[in-house]
Amino acid sequence: MNYALHFGAVWASFDKLLSGLAIGLGLAVAAVAIGCLLGILSAFASVSKLRLLRMVSGFYVLIIRNTPLLVLVLLAYFALPSAGIRLDKYESFIASLALYSGAYLTEVFRAGLLSVPKGIVEAARAIGLTRLQTNLHVVAPVMLRNVLPSLGNTFIGMFKDSSIAAAIAIPELTFEARKINVDTFRVVETWTVASGLYIAACFTIAFLLRRLERRFPKF
Amino acid sequence: MSDAAARPLLEIRGLKKSFGDVEVLKGVDLAVRPSEVVTIIGSSGSGKTTLLRCVNLLEEFQGGAIVLDGETIGYGEAGGRRRRLRDAELSRQRAMTGMVFQSFNLFPHLSALGNVMLGLRKVRRMAKDEARTLAADWLNRVGLGNRLDNVPSQLSGGQQQRVAIARALAMNPKLVLLDEITSALDPELVQEVLSVIRRIAADGATLLIVTHEMRFAREVSDRIVFMEKGRIAEEGPPSEIFGAARSARLAEFLRNSGH
Ligand SMILES: Nc1ncnc2c1ncn2[C@@H]1O[C@H](COP(=O)(O)OP(=O)(O)OP(=O)(O)O)[C@@H](O)[C@H]1O
Ligand SMILES: [Mg+2]
Repeated sequence: MNYALHFGAVWASFDKLLSGLAIGLGLAVAAVAIGCLLGILSAFASVSKLRLLRMVSGFYVLIIRNTPLLVLVLLAYFALPSAGIRLDKYESFIASLALYSGAYLTEVFRAGLLSVPKGIVEAARAIGLTRLQTNLHVVAPVMLRNVLPSLGNTFIGMFKDSSIAAAIAIPELTFEARKINVDTFRVVETWTVASGLYIAACFTIAFLLRRLERRFPKF
Repeated sequence: MSDAAARPLLEIRGLKKSFGDVEVLKGVDLAVRPSEVVTIIGSSGSGKTTLLRCVNLLEEFQGGAIVLDGETIGYGEAGGRRRRLRDAELSRQRAMTGMVFQSFNLFPHLSALGNVMLGLRKVRRMAKDEARTLAADWLNRVGLGNRLDNVPSQLSGGQQQRVAIARALAMNPKLVLLDEITSALDPELVQEVLSVIRRIAADGATLLIVTHEMRFAREVSDRIVFMEKGRIAEEGPPSEIFGAARSARLAEFLRNSGH
């Protein structure tokens, strides 16, 4: 091997990598926030007494989980306009990742719902709360606390998946790294720094989430 | 006695309930007058819990009727057919009865105060301050005035059950259902819960109790109901039920339950 490491060229564009990282985080936060909403609704549908709702939820999860994210992203970006839906690349990516994370979060929230003790639901009904009030004030908060750890893991997963946004030229971390790589031919250095940033970010998120979990003690 | 006082607060007529093909309640008739304390005893599987759950509309039932304070609950008629009422109606009717469960079933994410306040706020639609005052008042009455902000996991079983009692009673229900509320407690915690119930009974609450605590049943009840295989086999004042004049089956049950 006569490949000498020169990080200088990468450091010169380090700010680009950082802004790329921030964009990736932003995409993940937005997508998972919407994904949580989708996931919660879909999870409630999946345990509903109504067959139609259960089918809609099951169909959604089935379709999304069997489609690669990249395909979903390309479909949303290139095919939606011909269906008359105009989204910019950020919007279309967030929509794709939200839809994608929503399917995974359906499973997470569904497990959370099933972990809520039947007795406390009956206690809520017994004092006269309606089904909706029971879900809102008892089931949802208990379920959310139970799923906090898996929620964190999903978020980290979605943050890593934000790298796929490079495919539609969103200047996030992977996209910027590829550009630096092409400009400088510093292959090893570029991708080492990029993965270091991903790792550091994921560790930080995991650390913060664990702090958050401790703030809300387990029941 | 006036007519209003003579009219039963709860009237169960010919109640039939099946789980699948298994008939668990086979035509139960029972009336409870205002301020009366009625205790149901009977061997395991005789249908005591199921009966209370039907009264609180936690279970559907296939035959008979339950009338609470003059209102037929759970079912109505539509086009000549018996139909389960809508969720909003069922919820309103459930709020007329309070229920305390064997396993406490406190809301784990809420403090003692929060547990009692939830129904006051969302069902009774009280203002926050009013609900808090009333909830604190009830927690005081069950001896937990210094535990208002503790969550259930920070409370002993006996304390949790007393929160559950406060949660039910604060709603000012017409009828309170108690299903083996001391069965999950360590022996040394049983009395603190039973003494709360004695006080509530003395204050004039109408109680329908299921218990295996025979001594407690004898002392607190106006009437004892002995259930067997989904039917009421015998009923009468405690002196009679626990006295000499009793059927062979009841005698055997009482002997087996260590009385
Ligand atoms: N959800 C259910 N599904 C099917 N069968 C049930 C269900 N709940 C109760 N049963 C059956 O109904 C019968 C009466 O049960 P129930 O719980 O009312 O008895 P119990 O008198 O309260 O008994 P215990 O003293 O053990 O609490 C039992 O045979 C029981 O197996
Ligand atoms: Mg029982």
